[in-house]
Amino acid sequence: MTPLTGYLLVAALLFSIGLGGALTRRNAILVLIGIELMLNAANLNLIAFWRYGPHPEALTGMMFAIFSIAVAAAEAAVGLGLVIQIHRHAHTTDLDQMNRMRG
Amino acid sequence: MTEALDQVFVLLSRWLVSFLPAGWRPAAGVALSVAAIVCLFPALFALTVLLERKGLGRMQNRIGPNRVGPLGILQPIADGIKSLTKEDIVPTSADGVVHFLAPVVLATAVFMGFAVLPMGRNMTLAKMDAGLLFYFAIGASTELSVFMAGWSSRNKYSLLGAMRAVAQMISYEVPLLMSSVAVVMIAGSLSLDRIVEAQNHYTWGLPHWYIFTPWGFAGFVLFAIAATAETNRSPFDLPEGESELVAGYFTEYSGFKFALFFLGEYLAMFSISGLGATLFLGGWSAPFSFLGWVPSWIWFFGKLLVSMCVFIWMRGTLPRLRQDQLMNFAWKFVLPLTMLNLMVAALWHFLGDGWARWAVCSAILAVSYVGMAWVGMRRMHFGARSYRYAE
Amino acid sequence: MGHPAFSVSHREQVAPMSFVFYVLAAVTLAGALAAVLLKNTVHCALALTVAFAGLALLYLELDAQFAGFAQILVYIGAVAILIVFAILLTKGSETPKDGVYSKNWLAGLAIAAGVFAVLGWAVLESARVLPGSGGTPTAAPAVTVLQIGNALMGRYVLPLEIVALLLTAALIGAVIVAMHEKEETR
Repeated sequence: MTPLTGYLLVAALLFSIGLGGALTRRNAILVLIGIELMLNAANLNLIAFWRYGPHPEALTGMMFAIFSIAVAAAEAAVGLGLVIQIHRHAHTTDLDQMNRMRG
Repeated sequence: MTEALDQVFVLLSRWLVSFLPAGWRPAAGVALSVAAIVCLFPALFALTVLLERKGLGRMQNRIGPNRVGPLGILQPIADGIKSLTKEDIVPTSADGVVHFLAPVVLATAVFMGFAVLPMGRNMTLAKMDAGLLFYFAIGASTELSVFMAGWSSRNKYSLLGAMRAVAQMISYEVPLLMSSVAVVMIAGSLSLDRIVEAQNHYTWGLPHWYIFTPWGFAGFVLFAIAATAETNRSPFDLPEGESELVAGYFTEYSGFKFALFFLGEYLAMFSISGLGATLFLGGWSAPFSFLGWVPSWIWFFGKLLVSMCVFIWMRGTLPRLRQDQLMNFAWKFVLPLTMLNLMVAALWHFLGDGWARWAVCSAILAVSYVGMAWVGMRRMHFGARSYRYAE
Repeated sequence: MGHPAFSVSHREQVAPMSFVFYVLAAVTLAGALAAVLLKNTVHCALALTVAFAGLALLYLELDAQFAGFAQILVYIGAVAILIVFAILLTKGSETPKDGVYSKNWLAGLAIAAGVFAVLGWAVLESARVLPGSGGTPTAAPAVTVLQIGNALMGRYVLPLEIVALLLTAALIGAVIVAMHEKEETR
């Protein structure tokens, strides 16, 4: 098993753990935690391919990962703002109870 | 001779490490430096605690501790013995694991910050290309430990103190970074060693420290304000204000864990003073070129101690800021001024050498500071002091 | 048909996996598992921080120092604290009465397992079909911050400006979304 394969498997496992968490938990914030784990898994993939790829001096993978970190932070901020506002309106963050279109 | 004195610690560590076989030498050298840092800074912490209590006492017109030893010199030892032998009380409903880990995380993160500070010529533990980024990344981790401490105590006062502390630390993190970015821009590197070397030149005997430039002076003031807020020091110490919140986020800590928090707070002060000295005050370089014979590490630690004295002085003099005043100050005053500072630093670089850039940059900064102060103070009406007595 | 993009000459050996990688991978995966399985939401957030730290160390192991430090600064220093604040502001630390897993947890688990099966099969198949790819211990790319800066201002200046615009929009948007609305006086 080469190092690249190892990193890719870790990233795949991290991604599926994040996906499982996002799909099975009730609390909206834990869904966001799952999403952050998925984004991090993709970043790990990018950096691993950058390191073991043919042209690491082109910095493509690293740049992509850095932009991904920035965008993920912005998305986490907006997502958590939405969760806070939903909590103010519905007085709960339980996603199983938000099953109606009407507020 | 002065060269040997300047490099005495480097030569000492090389001599000690030469007793070991060649394969072990790099690791042993690093371990020796780490041990030196772990022993030195807590000793300086003991000295500073004494200095603070005596200094604050004198500023408040009283003598500080003077029972233990002549002039109270052995007071830190008494404090240490007390902290270590006090009973370690953990509330039953507290979250055990998190409650234990919080001071450990804080102490670890703060000690790691010392690794990139250049404490003398060739005396940096880890010469990193992105040293400043490493320092700020580690500093951001201390906020999490403050939150862990406050939340795990299951105490409303602690939680309130922790949330206030974290909000304050996050708000002042951005001005701290932005005022350092101006230095990075002019020096052209994130490596702290290169920043010190860029300031180590002398013109007519005067040094090229960044504090002696208009943008550097303004940047240093803003950095100092942000550093005081980052370490929860007066006048920004509402999260641990004794009169408001018992002891804030470390209410439920006693004994050794409290000592670790206290140590962590003072070490954070040392580390950020060291960073301020490196970025703006020239690190280990001497103030005048004819003083270059004095060892470099004496200059660094001298600047560190002077910064600590200024911290203690501010604590004894200024009243505490309220939480909303603090946050307003950060977002509406300090942050726009750091961004202006960045632009003025860029202007400084592009105007080239000569008196023109001094005039232009100083004028821009003076006008903006005075303008903002005038706008901010318009609503304050200062008249003669009036008293209202109870009827 | 050209040769594959990754190729290794017969002289170079395939590098074995290092002990550090195993330890860091174990820490990261343990943190991630704890983050999605624990009952107390604040514990989940702290376990997520451990996972982020493990990932930052993995980036350092991969010689991507700037990405590693940026990961610590942004994720641990900002996103983790944001998550913790959101948990506290929505009273998430109180345990819910109906349990923490949703009704359809089995379907979610099955989907996650399916996704991992597909990804894992793809990785292992390509490792089998292109042997030795990615095992070459190419010299660690000496990436300095100067190169990253030049790249950001040169080749990647458009993404940089777009990300700046995005971050400004996210900042203003998050503040507006989470703001207290003024009471309507009727």
